[in-house]
Amino acid sequence: MAYTQPHHPRLSVLSTTSQSSVDHLSPTASSTRFSLPSVPASNKPGAPRPSIYDRNLNKTRVSEVSASAFSFLFSEVVQYTQKRVSGINDLERRLNTLGYRIGTRVLELMVWRAESSSKAPKREIRFLPALMSIHTQVWKAVFGKPADAIEKSVENADEYMIIDNDPPIERHISVPRDMSQLSCSSFTAGIVEAVMDGLGFPARVTAHNTPTAQFPSRTTILIKLEQSVLDREELLK
Amino acid sequence: MDGLAQLTSNEYLVLAGTLHGIHAITSRLSPMGASSGAQVIEGETFKITILLTATGTKFVLLTSLTDTSADGILQKVYEIYADAVMKNPFHTPEMPIRTEAFDTRITALIGSGLGV
Repeated sequence: MAYTQPHHPRLSVLSTTSQSSVDHLSPTASSTRFSLPSVPASNKPGAPRPSIYDRNLNKTRVSEVSASAFSFLFSEVVQYTQKRVSGINDLERRLNTLGYRIGTRVLELMVWRAESSSKAPKREIRFLPALMSIHTQVWKAVFGKPADAIEKSVENADEYMIIDNDPPIERHISVPRDMSQLSCSSFTAGIVEAVMDGLGFPARVTAHNTPTAQFPSRTTILIKLEQSVLDREELLK
Repeated sequence: MDGLAQLTSNEYLVLAGTLHGIHAITSRLSPMGASSGAQVIEGETFKITILLTATGTKFVLLTSLTDTSADGILQKVYEIYADAVMKNPFHTPEMPIRTEAFDTRITALIGSGLGV
């Protein structure tokens, strides 16, 4: 049935469904549950509004999202998670898992963008360049700024650290004293873990509060590499 | 602020309760229909400035009569509240604010606001 709705282009994707269901969803019908904002006049009637999937992936590279909106969303994420765990370790593990899901997508997006923007896209096969690209590229893609430092553990050869002096996701979070061990940057640790895994450097990544007088919310992302990665690095030397 | 007696938490509760009642009454006094309620209450030696937000939360500031910055300070307090309290996952709504960042930023604001 070629039924088109002249006034509500956003609903026009429903035009092939039966008229009764369109009526049901239409705000012009008696139902008052839906209050769609009126559509600007510039939109062509009948044309569906482009969704996030229609946008060019390269054009969204420099676009920004509201930090406030993200803060509220992340706050809800932490509250939701906190209600369903038994302790701080469990909470951090779950935040890590949530971040992991972001990280796999960030890596894929970055690789796709690198391929389309350069003639000879490069894949990092050595650990240190890969770590550098996480420190700058991943941080820029996710937080809009590079991380502040990379450090190598003196005691353990398999441990590396990425340091952020003021993690944007924790900017409005005050952890109560009785949970002072908790670092909400476990979410970021999950992102890093996913990117490391995706690049072929399996590692265990955790987040730790390392405040200084100047940077009270300074956070260290600790990367503990698997032995296989170290062995391979040894061979590539 | 130095040299002023601190209220006990019980006195704060009494003050808040009384003020809430006064505010509820004053919001119905206007002959012209609904009103926002009391915004400033003045005494011989003090002034109470009340900021009523769109969500019903009230911010109250007690100052001397000569102070003119109360409105601006309350707006900034609201801003800090929105940032440090409402975006903090460890704050429970309707409960006393136990958020470190809020205390730090309020101290910084009041300190700078009065030039102490």
